[in-house]
Amino acid sequence: MSELNELYQQVILDHNKNPRNFREIENADRTAEGNNPLCGDQLKLYLRLNGEIIEDISFIGSGCAISKASASMMTQAVKGKSIKEAEKLFEEFHKMVTGKMDVEVEENHLGKLKVFAGVLEFPARVKCASLSWHTLRAALNNEKTASTE
Amino acid sequence: MKQAVSFFDVWKIRQDFPILSENVGGKPLVYFDNAASSQVPKVVIERISKYLSQEHANIHRGVHYLSQKATNSYEAARERVKRFINARDPSECIFVRGCTEAINLVAYSFGKAFIQEGDEILITQMEHHANLVPWQVVAEERKAKLKIIPMNENGELILEEYESLLSERTKIIAITHVSNALGTINPIKEMIKIAHKFNIPVCVDGAQAVPHLKVDVQDLDADFYAFSGHKVFAPTGIGVLYGKKEWLEKMPPYQTGGGMIRRVTFEKTKYAAIPEKFEAGTPPIMPAIGLGAAIDYLDSIDFNAACEYEKELLEYATKSLCEIEGVRIIGNAREKASVISFVIDGIHPHDIGTILDKYGIAIRAGHHCAQPVMDFYNVPATARVSLAFYNTKEEIDKLVEAVKKTIEIFS
Repeated sequence: MSELNELYQQVILDHNKNPRNFREIENADRTAEGNNPLCGDQLKLYLRLNGEIIEDISFIGSGCAISKASASMMTQAVKGKSIKEAEKLFEEFHKMVTGKMDVEVEENHLGKLKVFAGVLEFPARVKCASLSWHTLRAALNNEKTASTE
Repeated sequence: MKQAVSFFDVWKIRQDFPILSENVGGKPLVYFDNAASSQVPKVVIERISKYLSQEHANIHRGVHYLSQKATNSYEAARERVKRFINARDPSECIFVRGCTEAINLVAYSFGKAFIQEGDEILITQMEHHANLVPWQVVAEERKAKLKIIPMNENGELILEEYESLLSERTKIIAITHVSNALGTINPIKEMIKIAHKFNIPVCVDGAQAVPHLKVDVQDLDADFYAFSGHKVFAPTGIGVLYGKKEWLEKMPPYQTGGGMIRRVTFEKTKYAAIPEKFEAGTPPIMPAIGLGAAIDYLDSIDFNAACEYEKELLEYATKSLCEIEGVRIIGNAREKASVISFVIDGIHPHDIGTILDKYGIAIRAGHHCAQPVMDFYNVPATARVSLAFYNTKEEIDKLVEAVKKTIEIFS
């Protein structure tokens, strides 16, 4: 069951149980909703910007362990980063979970987010892992909703 | 006198389904997603193969040998469907793509002919989106009102409320025979009888009923009865709409084109009689013949014994799952088909589904196209185990072990 252990690593289970930045932000500059209609996963993302910098970011919602942990870790990863850096991370994350980049070989800035590389073995779950990232991009593009359908 | 219990040899039955000896990810397949699609017996695969290799041509068109042969096979399948659900006449059995198309046909065509502003359409709280959205659309288009028959915590319709919702404004009632999300078997015979006291026709979604119960549309006195082939051991792409002749003849076509006409000029088209009136274009010939073969297969086994065996499996699975701490079953109707929806505290159904899959166990995780049911129970989704007569107690034991492992991973 190595693939299962690869998917449900301790860090993912921990973020599922105790999601970070799991709250609303009053007076957020940007918000966006993400839906995965197939699963019923839904989350709402809040952003506070200071110029080009993501000063604060948070989310609320419900979903499976993968989508919740991914959202939690995404908020940690982009908090304090510039919009450009966040977009770069989105690209790298997307390449990783869709198998277009080997994170062990190619240079990247994913760091802890590499735990989601295991999702590749579970095609049905790629959308769960990327939902929060699509929602982030929607928020940055000033769109109100993102869907992984 | 002691009732004779017929012996059901599940191991022999399993030999009829080639896919059941497949491995998935190195584990023997345990297929518990029968409510989504059932598996196909060898005789059906062989029948389809024979059709494609020896009989394939378009139907009702050619004077040539193959076209005639294909037509005969297609119409023989309709005859089998007629027998299967005990329709009065094969012309009352319309071939469509699936149960969804069957209901869309009724909603569109019946709606156009009989539903007007201020009228009411009655559905239930436990409908699959397929028996909800088409009625919602018709209600919106015709400026009619959609009313909902409520259910109780166990997932049973509240019949007293049902009666009080009926009035002269009610034009049609759409009810599922068996709930795909909860397993509830609704008392549709009784409900149809009540509706008919008010002269209201009833459209039954039978998708989840036909694989588990003997359905007799005349005994039920259903006005419309819809089901899909792929849930009753046939391939995808074929479904049936049964409709009473007196309704079908008064309803306009759902789609138009070739195959459904009597005479076409630029000024006017005269339509063919039923069932052709509702079968525009080249129909799904191969899947229909597959459905005919699946019905033959069901005739060849002891279906009553299969149903009894399934009941035993349902009881065993329910009891086994209930014994696991943290597992909660959603839908506890007294009358249930072999569908079990469950949730586990703190674990999302999708994570359950992924982990079970690694043990070779196929279940469905999600909202089961019944979001109002999920809303009623205040859950985003459930894990659903749906059984067929080829499943075994050993497989249920494997499920229990895998569910325990899932809980362990998340503990």
